[in-house]
Amino acid sequence: MGTEARTVLPAEAPALSGLPALITARALNKVYRTQTGEDVVALRDVGFEMRAGEFVTVVGPSGCGKSTLLKILAGILARSSGSVTLAGRPIEGPSRDVGVVFQAPVLLPWRNVLQNVMLPIDIQKRPRAEAEARARALLRLVGLSGFETKYPGELSGGMQQRVGITRALVHDPALLLMDEPFGALDAMTREQMNLELLRIWTESRKTVMLVTHSIPEAIFLADRVIVMSPRPGRITDILDVDLPRPRDLAMINSARFGEHVARIRAHFQSLGALDA
Amino acid sequence: MSRMRALLRRRPEILLSPLVFVLFVAGWEAAVRGFGIPAIVIPSPSAVLRALVGGILSGELVEHFWVTSAEVILGFTAGASIGFVLGVLVGLFPLLERTIYPYIVAFQTLPKVAIAPIIVIWFGYGIESKIVITATIAFFPVLANTIVGLRAVPRDQVELMVAFTASRWQIFRMARLPQALPYVFVGLDVAIVLAVIGAIVGEFVGSQAGLGYLILQRNFHMDMAGVFAILIILSLMGIGLHLLVNAVQRRVVFWIGSTHDRVMGA
Repeated sequence: MGTEARTVLPAEAPALSGLPALITARALNKVYRTQTGEDVVALRDVGFEMRAGEFVTVVGPSGCGKSTLLKILAGILARSSGSVTLAGRPIEGPSRDVGVVFQAPVLLPWRNVLQNVMLPIDIQKRPRAEAEARARALLRLVGLSGFETKYPGELSGGMQQRVGITRALVHDPALLLMDEPFGALDAMTREQMNLELLRIWTESRKTVMLVTHSIPEAIFLADRVIVMSPRPGRITDILDVDLPRPRDLAMINSARFGEHVARIRAHFQSLGALDA
Repeated sequence: MSRMRALLRRRPEILLSPLVFVLFVAGWEAAVRGFGIPAIVIPSPSAVLRALVGGILSGELVEHFWVTSAEVILGFTAGASIGFVLGVLVGLFPLLERTIYPYIVAFQTLPKVAIAPIIVIWFGYGIESKIVITATIAFFPVLANTIVGLRAVPRDQVELMVAFTASRWQIFRMARLPQALPYVFVGLDVAIVLAVIGAIVGEFVGSQAGLGYLILQRNFHMDMAGVFAILIILSLMGIGLHLLVNAVQRRVVFWIGSTHDRVMGA
């Protein structure tokens, strides 16, 4: 991991929204060398752009390289070749201007909710006072007001993940990267969290990339869906979702939604890959 | 009264457990008296109790108790500190583990009783040699558990912190070290019990004071009741120290329930 040569972006990047693209990936390749010495192509010739403020989802079956892509954007995994830029600068390591959420909330059990949310502030040594006010406001936004001094062990899975999302937003990053953030939640909670995420996104206007293996979730959340296929991991389609916003759960039953689902599923069926 | 009855129905062991003790002691007393077993083979519980109370009142047991306690606590503190610091260094520098860990394991396989006479020669008949012996026994469980604990941090956790631009040192301080603490306490709990053994072994090998010294002396005089009285004190000392470690653990590692699986217990 190239943590030594990291790109440090200014905390506030006001110029970002003026740029045509926040993220530009060109001819991105990632090759893993396994322990037996074989080369596995995780990503092949991946290229796309993300505009500032856009909500992009990446959908694909297991092994399509979607998590690899996200980790490269997060700067915690080095690419093998190609270029990828964040706000015009090549990504060479983790950036202070990115927030990440993984499938597991990975909260620190000895820190209470507020202290967990403040983790990026502590790591990046940002001023605490204003960050704490922001953390409390974000916790209110995700409906966790009053839980500031509770410990992760006292929270449900859904609540823990909401703490994780709050943590990813507390340092006001330009880009939010989410790797199957609701994959471990039950279906009911998951729908609820999707609605909440859209609400947070609407209010905070972040650029979001969310990786999922659920086709309906990918469509429901996104402005655009990047469809990926495995062996080797590559982009097979980029779909503009023309459903109106704000979205509500009833849209899942609309004809247009069904057409989007059918189009994505057709990609996977033609590849013989099973829909997860 | 009905609450008492409900409690007993739910947890009958709180009555049964003391009952076992009473029956055992009564049976022992009856057997010693009934069969006329000589006191130099098995003393009666009443004789043990007399020796215990007499020894405490005369101050003899108290004096030696403090000597052994000092050896246990100082040796445990030294051994546990060395084990923890070494464990942290090994956790920070994996090369160090590959380089020196084989030697540490080799040292651990050496029976400490076997090297106790050498340590007594080196450090004398006083309290110092007992502290050294106790420390050599107490350090390994803390070292081993610290190393395992520092490895226990989930990969996700590290990746997340790296993504938030955490340095190696920040990841260590904010995630790995706290994550290791429950393991460290398992090691401390094992070490404190071993520390009592270490102190007694050291006193057996060569000493002028302490409960181990007193056991040898009383054994020599065939004062079995007196020896049994010391065994009771040693057992209470072990229980007390174990409870002390547990109490500290509950405060420090407050996020782990007391019923946490102690898989690393030796």
